[in-house]
Amino acid sequence: MADLKKQIIAQLNLKDLKPEDIGDDQPLFVEGLGLDSIDALELIVLLQQEYKIKLANAEEGQSVFRSVRTMAQYITDHQGKSTA
Amino acid sequence: MKDEQAYITAYSSVARRSACRNGNIVFQGDENVNTGDFLTSLYKYLGADYPKLYKMDNLSRLGFLAVELLLTGRNLSENYNPEETGIVLSNANASLDADVNYMASVKNIPSPALFVYTLPNIVIGEISIRHHFKGENAFFVSEKFDEAFMHFYVTDLFSRAALKACICGWVECFRDDYKAVVWLVENNSREGALPFTIDQIHKSYLLSNGETNG
Amino acid sequence: MSNRVYIAGAGIISAIGNNITENLAALESGQAGMGEMKYLLSAHRGKIPVAEVKMDNAGLAALSGLPSHYSRTALLSAIAAKEALTNAAIPDFSTLRSGFISANTVGGMDKTENFFADFLAGPDKGRLRNVVHHECGAATEIVADLLGIKHHISTISTACSSSANAIFFGARLIRQGVLDVVVAGGTDALTKFTLNGFNTLMILDNRYCQPFDENRRGLNLGEGAGYIVMASERVAQTLPSAPYCTLSGYCNANDAYHQTASSPDGTGSYLAMKGALEKSGLSTGEIDYINLHGTGTQNNDIAEGTAIKLLFEGKYPPMSSTKSFTGHTLGASGGIEAVYSVLSIRHGLIYPNLRFETPMKELPFTPETTFKKDAAICNVLSNSFGFGGNCSSLVFSKV
Repeated sequence: MADLKKQIIAQLNLKDLKPEDIGDDQPLFVEGLGLDSIDALELIVLLQQEYKIKLANAEEGQSVFRSVRTMAQYITDHQGKSTA
Repeated sequence: MKDEQAYITAYSSVARRSACRNGNIVFQGDENVNTGDFLTSLYKYLGADYPKLYKMDNLSRLGFLAVELLLTGRNLSENYNPEETGIVLSNANASLDADVNYMASVKNIPSPALFVYTLPNIVIGEISIRHHFKGENAFFVSEKFDEAFMHFYVTDLFSRAALKACICGWVECFRDDYKAVVWLVENNSREGALPFTIDQIHKSYLLSNGETNG
Repeated sequence: MSNRVYIAGAGIISAIGNNITENLAALESGQAGMGEMKYLLSAHRGKIPVAEVKMDNAGLAALSGLPSHYSRTALLSAIAAKEALTNAAIPDFSTLRSGFISANTVGGMDKTENFFADFLAGPDKGRLRNVVHHECGAATEIVADLLGIKHHISTISTACSSSANAIFFGARLIRQGVLDVVVAGGTDALTKFTLNGFNTLMILDNRYCQPFDENRRGLNLGEGAGYIVMASERVAQTLPSAPYCTLSGYCNANDAYHQTASSPDGTGSYLAMKGALEKSGLSTGEIDYINLHGTGTQNNDIAEGTAIKLLFEGKYPPMSSTKSFTGHTLGASGGIEAVYSVLSIRHGLIYPNLRFETPMKELPFTPETTFKKDAAICNVLSNSFGFGGNCSSLVFSKV
């Protein structure tokens, strides 16, 4: 999960944040890290680029990107499966 | 048509590694830094706590920081309603800088965050979000800065009571060539204010040029 | 003499027709302009529907009187602007102070994309004539020359509200007494750049769009151009036939929420509509038809709908999104929809919102689904909301 946090910070240009600043279960959007809809799209790009996982649509992202933990779980579940 | 008098209550410029407010240099960046690094150093100097800046393209950062500097010590919401404050900007190359960067990203996976900035009026959006301006805004593209046109447009907004405060100016950025000059125009005079005339716009625009020479 | 702004003429080219007559026929018969990509070369052909103008560049060039190597943006602009000026038939036009205010967002990107492919092979490759008209103002200059307009030429680029702002600005130039006649509106051609960009934002519908529907999936991109001819009262009195209507209200406001998304409560849309109504001196009850921005994206339709719910408070006029016919033509949309609005007043028309099935659960109203003729239409509100929070509304009123 630490690697994933680093990747999120790099992908979203969260320059003032360190990986340890992001809690495993902290909400990523609005009330948590304050990410927005464009960040959600960038996270979809991140999954595709780093893990070769392709999300079907932006709506699906809502549950996947709830927290770093849900994201990591999704990656574990889908890695290696051909979804393209 | 009543020609209401308006006033330039502050102006600022950011160009060639220098940032000026009301004709005085307030910050100079290191030599040989690129646009992005210079703007980051200016952001740190201004002490604005706004990490979203890192997500912006250089044109938006430039416009954003020029306005941060312009509004130093001011909070327009103390004097005006959000609907009474607006922005009118112009430049020559629209969002070409972001267009080029986005095109480069297309080779791999197109970046949504870069695409967002492929329109020049996003600069206005970023500034409006920061300062809660909800009044009229427009972005004009012209080869050179057109003082007479900017004066006409902003004066018209004031004379029709569409706005009581307006930030106007020139925000141009392509790669390592960047220049922002912005004016705060208000319908009330303040200490040190200049009349909002074509001549004054012209003078302060030239001054911003001159100061950054050499 | 009043400083009212009269609409003397209109011109349009879109996916549903190359002129006013063809557009009206398609609106009446419910014929949408979307389909499989035919003229745009893109990897997305066959996967993403678009609303193309049904003619290649050679055909458009012949229709416009411009060379076929000019950008499609300029060709479309020329055709609609010429129709508008012919339609207005202003006596002694060449002796009047005239302006051309044209909006667009892509400029000559279609040609630049061709140039770019060659240029990548080497710095001496690619034809320069394909790239000289890249910037947004080039199309405006070309068409202004064609129309013989010299006094004021301006290009406005504020994303999807560009054309509405062009009209708004043109009206001001007339009210200020700077110009006598202004041709204002906008143009945009489909390009890979815009298609890929909107695809990047994941807001394109891979079926035909369903604006203001609970199950809407996104927008379809379109192309075209639309212009209206605005005239001062003095000029309006010399017209051979009665003007269409007046532009009675306009307002632009900023959402100040997000670079691309509208605030969910539609603050910007609300301020723009409210301001335009105030300017026109009309109450919400006097609006007979709303031409919605209605892109079909989750975000726009809920924001715009919520703002209408708040502003019109229980008494909702007929409304529809003609983007269900033309697709979203971006910088041209405000011009195209202004043309539909003035035609609505002249002919008493209400246009259907195609493919509407399920009401949005948040909204107490639904869009019109059938074409209506001979309706009593005195005032039309036309909405155009864009990226950067730039929201504009126009009000057209019967003379």
